[in-house]
Amino acid sequence: MAKKKIILYALILAFTFIAPFAFPNFGTQLATLWLMIIVALTWDMTGGQMGYNSLGNIFFYGTGMYVAALISIGRVYDIGDYTSAAGGGIYEFTDVQYFSGVFLGVLGAGVFCSISAVIIGYVTFGLRGPYFAIGTLGVAIAAGELVSNWDWVGGGQGISLPGYPGDPDTGKVFFYFLFAAVGVSVFVFVKWLYETRFGAAINAIRDDEEKAEAMGIHTLRYKLITWSMAAFFVGMAGGISAFQLLHFEPLETAYQTIFLGIFMVVCVLLGGKGTLWGPVIGAILFHLFKEVTWNYFLGWQWVALGALIVVTVVYFQDGVMGWLVHKRPEWFGIQVEDKIAGETE
Amino acid sequence: MDQVLSNLSLLLEFPIVNLKIILDGIMIGALFALAAYGLALVWGVMNVKNLAQGDFVIAGGYVSWWLVQHGFPALLGVPAAFIVMWGIGWVAYKLVISRVIERDLFTSLLATFGLAIMLAQIMNLLFGSDTQSVDLGYKTLYFFDGIVNIPIAKLIGVLMAAALATGVIIFMKTSRMGQAIRATAQDARAARVMGIDTEKVYAFTFSLNSAICGAAGAIIVMVWVIQPFYGISYAIRAFVIVTAAGLGNLPGVIAAGLGIGVFEQYGAHIFGISYQQAIAVLLLLLVLIFRLIQQRRNRQVLK
Repeated sequence: MAKKKIILYALILAFTFIAPFAFPNFGTQLATLWLMIIVALTWDMTGGQMGYNSLGNIFFYGTGMYVAALISIGRVYDIGDYTSAAGGGIYEFTDVQYFSGVFLGVLGAGVFCSISAVIIGYVTFGLRGPYFAIGTLGVAIAAGELVSNWDWVGGGQGISLPGYPGDPDTGKVFFYFLFAAVGVSVFVFVKWLYETRFGAAINAIRDDEEKAEAMGIHTLRYKLITWSMAAFFVGMAGGISAFQLLHFEPLETAYQTIFLGIFMVVCVLLGGKGTLWGPVIGAILFHLFKEVTWNYFLGWQWVALGALIVVTVVYFQDGVMGWLVHKRPEWFGIQVEDKIAGETE
Repeated sequence: MDQVLSNLSLLLEFPIVNLKIILDGIMIGALFALAAYGLALVWGVMNVKNLAQGDFVIAGGYVSWWLVQHGFPALLGVPAAFIVMWGIGWVAYKLVISRVIERDLFTSLLATFGLAIMLAQIMNLLFGSDTQSVDLGYKTLYFFDGIVNIPIAKLIGVLMAAALATGVIIFMKTSRMGQAIRATAQDARAARVMGIDTEKVYAFTFSLNSAICGAAGAIIVMVWVIQPFYGISYAIRAFVIVTAAGLGNLPGVIAAGLGIGVFEQYGAHIFGISYQQAIAVLLLLLVLIFRLIQQRRNRQVLK
């Protein structure tokens, strides 16, 4: 069994490495797929494992974008001058400046986001259930509106970043591997995390917060740490997106509440909430559905996506993993005694 | 910052400007209160938090706008939007809402969010993404040397909103269906035992909510502008009002609606019109945090 698993993981890892070279035309698509996997896995940390359904994780994505961009620009030029000239080709970056900017920017974005998660979480984690969802949604929308009025960071126009120095095709592969590196680390990290005491504690918070508190778990501390870990990875993903997209603006790209902000939730629900593989499977299915509708239902793609959200939430909330557990419990090591199962029917 | 200070000093120098802002705020707040009342109704009766509320408002506006484009009188738009949105609400209830009532609250929130995205996109495809409005062609009344101006169209809009609210309140108080709705809100199981068809009550309540929103939208299109993606801000305002006022507290909903209208007008005047959306959302956060502090105090007393 263990041997089989190792082979499976090795195969997936090998595919991860080969994919951008095997399908060179889909480089950007594959990178976006990794982005979806990252945001879905991190959403599941709070949503699925801890029972706190955030609609505001997109805040970290947008903030990560801005922080990464500002760090990489601010090391070389004055930010106010840069944004008021809107990039404009006057400002050149050398190769060293570019790559060190990407590296420090992405890392700084992750750190900044995990700190801001602690601050925001300190206020919003007092809210329960749907109020937490609405409150975090409010944070994300408000941040987008405020940033779009902040001229120092480009206002509603957003920021243009320098392109990848060198061959654009190499650039695609570069960003693919950045996303893949973060994605693989998120997966390995949460796989390890869910098996530790910490994972058991956040599951206890999901199942019954009052009892967990009575058992001596400092619930607020666990909630803050979990959210800030999720925010760290989302912030890094946002930072990479900023360099990959070259140009972003606050409302539609950075703090895109009704796009990526809701997609990540649907990915998790589609794949199966509170499972390790659910978010990954959900992200792949959702991304496929999205690309197919984009190509074949031009103009109606958003309606199709809205319909997918409604259908998933209303009719298929257990997701693929939930459905599999129900149909094939023996795959998950669950013993079903035929006699008992027969009696209950 | 200088801009903010000069705007503030303007308010102090010319107190009459305050009157204009307050009147504007009350007029816009009356329409917020209408949408919020519908939300409170659905929330209280069937425990569904409807994020598609704002898109029902915008859809009602487009019904009225479409009629005017096809040569019908503008005032006919309000009852027409009421009837059309009743039908759309009923369909939405049968397809989606009826299946999420018994589920947890996040499910209904997410399902109605999906519904909101769908509605906004369908309207975008049907009517285009330009802002639209209906011109009634009435005059504007001026007071105090033209500082305070009240367009008659706005006045008619507010009166219609008040008439609609009164009608709904009388209906809820006196009619048999209104009684059934209130009974279901108090205890759905007991109501079922007493022979009330709660399924029918739910369908009726959701359709009524959608119709109220539609009528509010038809009034909004006469006095302001609508656009397919404006819905979410109306939904957020409705949430602010209901969260601040509490469920089943009708005077509170009206007061909070008028209050948020005035507050937003002041904010837009002081910080500039581009902050209006941000102010509405920040107000939601403030109300949530305030409620949280209140609850904390209660919890400490219980210990």
